[in-house]
Amino acid sequence: MGLVHAEEMTLNIGPQHPSTHGVLRLKVKTDGEIISEITPVIGYLHRCFEKHCENLSYEQVIPFTDRCDYIAAMNNSFGYVLAVEKLMDIQVPERVEYIRVIMAEYNRIASHLLALGTFGLDVGAYTPFLYMFRDRERILDLFEITCGARLLYNYMWVGGVSHDLPLGFMEASYRFLDEFEKNINEYHNILSYNKIFIERSADVGIMPKDVAIDYGVTGPNLRGSGVKWDLRKDEPYSIYNRFKFDVPVGTGIMGSVGDCWDRYWVRAEEMQESIKIIRQALDKIPREGNVHEALPKKVRPPKGSIYFRTESPRGDLGYYIISDGTPTPLRVKMRSPAFTALSALSEIATGWMLSDVLVILGSLDIVLGEIDR
Amino acid sequence: MTIDNIIQWFQSWFPVNVMVLFITSVLIAAVVIFAIMAVNALVAVYAERKISAFMQDRVGPMGQGPGLHAGKWGLLQTIADTIKLILKEDIIPKAADKKLFIIAPFIIFLGAFIALAAMPFGPYLIASDMNIGIFYILAVSSFGVIGIILAAWSSDNKWSLYGGMRSAAQIISYEIPAALSLVSVLLLTSTLSMQGIIQSQAGTVWGFLPNWNIFNNPFSFLAFFIYFIAGVAETNRTPFDIPEAESELVAGFHTEYSGMRWAFFFLSEYGNMLVVCGLTVVAFLGGWQSPIAGVMEGAWWGLFWFLTKLTATIFIMIWFRWTFPRLRVDQLMNVAWKILLPIALFNLFGVAIWTLLVG
Repeated sequence: MGLVHAEEMTLNIGPQHPSTHGVLRLKVKTDGEIISEITPVIGYLHRCFEKHCENLSYEQVIPFTDRCDYIAAMNNSFGYVLAVEKLMDIQVPERVEYIRVIMAEYNRIASHLLALGTFGLDVGAYTPFLYMFRDRERILDLFEITCGARLLYNYMWVGGVSHDLPLGFMEASYRFLDEFEKNINEYHNILSYNKIFIERSADVGIMPKDVAIDYGVTGPNLRGSGVKWDLRKDEPYSIYNRFKFDVPVGTGIMGSVGDCWDRYWVRAEEMQESIKIIRQALDKIPREGNVHEALPKKVRPPKGSIYFRTESPRGDLGYYIISDGTPTPLRVKMRSPAFTALSALSEIATGWMLSDVLVILGSLDIVLGEIDR
Repeated sequence: MTIDNIIQWFQSWFPVNVMVLFITSVLIAAVVIFAIMAVNALVAVYAERKISAFMQDRVGPMGQGPGLHAGKWGLLQTIADTIKLILKEDIIPKAADKKLFIIAPFIIFLGAFIALAAMPFGPYLIASDMNIGIFYILAVSSFGVIGIILAAWSSDNKWSLYGGMRSAAQIISYEIPAALSLVSVLLLTSTLSMQGIIQSQAGTVWGFLPNWNIFNNPFSFLAFFIYFIAGVAETNRTPFDIPEAESELVAGFHTEYSGMRWAFFFLSEYGNMLVVCGLTVVAFLGGWQSPIAGVMEGAWWGLFWFLTKLTATIFIMIWFRWTFPRLRVDQLMNVAWKILLPIALFNLFGVAIWTLLVG
């Protein structure tokens, strides 16, 4: 090996490429099929999120947070409104807390379904993708009957939510959860335990614990490397301390800890945990209550700043908000988990084959809207 | 009906120059084979769409009402697609090697097309029953890889180049186990003629099973699977579709092709499926022989059985495609060289011993 050294070829993967999950461009140096250098080039989806925030009122920022991580819009606005509420010291009604958790967990499932499905696509399996979209569709239907939107909800408001749960939501939820739990086994049969799938993803793109921590990788990617770190558990926000759920971590069942299969598996297990949380929330939610009760007349936080982080489907999603006492934030900074995950790509994917690099990229589950902001 | 039959038949009516007759009848055969390929593509594309849809909990192409019609149950979908492809702009990249770029799809097509000349569709339906039929098909069906490499090279696109490189390595590797498992069949049939291979599979074996090569002995049973796996790899279909791996190489060797040129790649992919499945049916599944000896035999029943078996094997290929993920390029080579090839060699040895000792 290494005796024959041909010229290295520079290859641009993206920005238009089927598996860059958006408009990412990877500048790679290839030695045959082996990738010897990866440089992610980002910014094709930059929409001046943070600059926009400096010119909009606090409520008007919410739709923009939705558009950052458009796959998990609920979770993104959830983090933002929690930060603003903390800054303003608002206590929201019980019912609102529960509704928010239910929505956030539903969106986590929807996001993970997309992540797993597209990961399957990267490996070349087409059918699981559509199986997962079938179930994702039903979650989006639930969102639709609640707030009318299917992708960008603008549902979480400072001090409440835009709409109360509609009639029939609970029944539809229970029905969906029962059926969905069975469907997860279907995914395992068609994808997770498929021999070819394991060959392609186990022992590929291993992200050791220390590399993950050094790069600030969070969320399922960090847990895939075997670190038990989940803000819902370790730094409970909202009412997450009331629910019983586990934090699945990668154990290297099929290969070694921190490989692509582990990251995939952690997401699949997290869907189970989300189901548990939603069930508990549905059981405990106060049946009555006005969701608009705590809405402030004017969202004008006192002077000060806050950094608040929540666990989005992609990891620690932090908002740093500086308020100067006006209705417009002085600065909103978003700490995007997908950004840190992408930064670790060149570390873990260099030296693998072209096909593996795209699989590793898929296993990191990045959303370019959030990286470029 | 072979070409020779056509010539004789013509000769009895128009006693003209043999050369003229020969060319006419070859042309007739060519048109028929082209029609078979085209119809196969039409049906197979529709089947692929519908089967994939049913596997994925979708409905697939459907009639969509006036104006947007794809026929009842989307039956006209493939025809609509074909019309669309014909009407599309024909784009040749500036940097492409124009001559090779134009010729490449036809070379790929030719590989599948001329292979069908020796394919027995029924007891009397074969364009040319050569005495080296199976050898001929093996030889010409790997002709297509030249077209793939030409297409990849002439496109002047890095993705295409990758696809071409992968394809060349893949098809050449998989030829070997495929050929070896066919050779083990030839030991049983002791003929290279396609019709001869089928005729030798008449009757029953083990008392109740049809005497097809797949049931003849345990080794040929294994050879069937080796051949079929290698065959799937030769047609570049999932799980061996790395030359056009959509999520990796955009579209592999045909990235730069559009319109009808692209359609030729498509046509030849389905043509190759036809060749590989046809060869599987002939070599292992008794060709046009009826599954129950002595029942429903004859020229037309032969055609019926052949097409039934062909459809079943094509269905399995489609089934594979919509179930499996894709192998990586080195894993693909491992499967060929480290798994299939040793088993195929062992198999050949086993069949040889079997023919010597048992039958």
